[in-house]
Amino acid sequence: MTKTQHATIVLDRKFDAPVGRVFKAWSDIDAKSRWFSGPPGWELVERRMDFRVGGREHVSNRMPNGIVTIFNSLYYDIVPDSRIVYSFDMHLSERHITVSLATVEFKPVGKGTQMIFTEQLVNLDDWDDEGGVERKSGTSGGFDRLEAALKEAW
Amino acid sequence: MILKQMLNYQAPLDLVFHALTDPARRAMIERLGRGPASVSELAQPLDMSLPAVMQHLDVLEASGLVRSEKIGRVRTCRVDDASLKLAGDWISKRRAVWEQRFDRLADYLAEEKPKPKRRRKP
Repeated sequence: MTKTQHATIVLDRKFDAPVGRVFKAWSDIDAKSRWFSGPPGWELVERRMDFRVGGREHVSNRMPNGIVTIFNSLYYDIVPDSRIVYSFDMHLSERHITVSLATVEFKPVGKGTQMIFTEQLVNLDDWDDEGGVERKSGTSGGFDRLEAALKEAW
Repeated sequence: MILKQMLNYQAPLDLVFHALTDPARRAMIERLGRGPASVSELAQPLDMSLPAVMQHLDVLEASGLVRSEKIGRVRTCRVDDASLKLAGDWISKRRAVWEQRFDRLADYLAEEKPKPKRRRKP
């Protein structure tokens, strides 16, 4: 049985750097590799980036438990120093876990930058980011709790 | 029916996460994590006016993260455990991944500022 869940994640961050440098951190593969990476202990398998409308990006990392996280993305809209729109999906080894539309907006604020990141995503199955492929009913309790909490709320 | 269920899932989570985007509101939640507090106790460590604190409190209450109760002249606020659990599901995991990445982005931007670009580690 499939479990399809939709969500929107919005992060609004301010950086003490001009908008051009923040944009470059997204548009330059060397700059992006400095922060768009797995936590310590993850081993980079492959990174490719073609930053232009219609271009694709691929990043894969091997987690300590052997599972490979695979990020594949396609750029739809690029307005330098202003906006990036791209779609991406995530695999944990062979499991397809999420498909997303991401929008990054950049706004100068004084000498700094406001960056608003919006991810609209569909979760294709119940997953956790440790790649728990063998997940059993015990660990899917999060969603059951959510369901119970919402029943109370409504 | 399914659509209605999905909308119901999304609305409270959006409110919860919106409520948590603001550092002052996160500070208020952290304070309430240590136990119930009055509005003036919540306002005390924050560098803002009481009306501003009340506005933040409205957002927190709308999200369900905080409940308050007025007894006499004192409004006492407390964290709502069910709503905090709401924020503990798969979406917050994905959100935490982005928070960590953007923390690294902030570090990278700070580190690169005074110097010419450093070569990337292999």
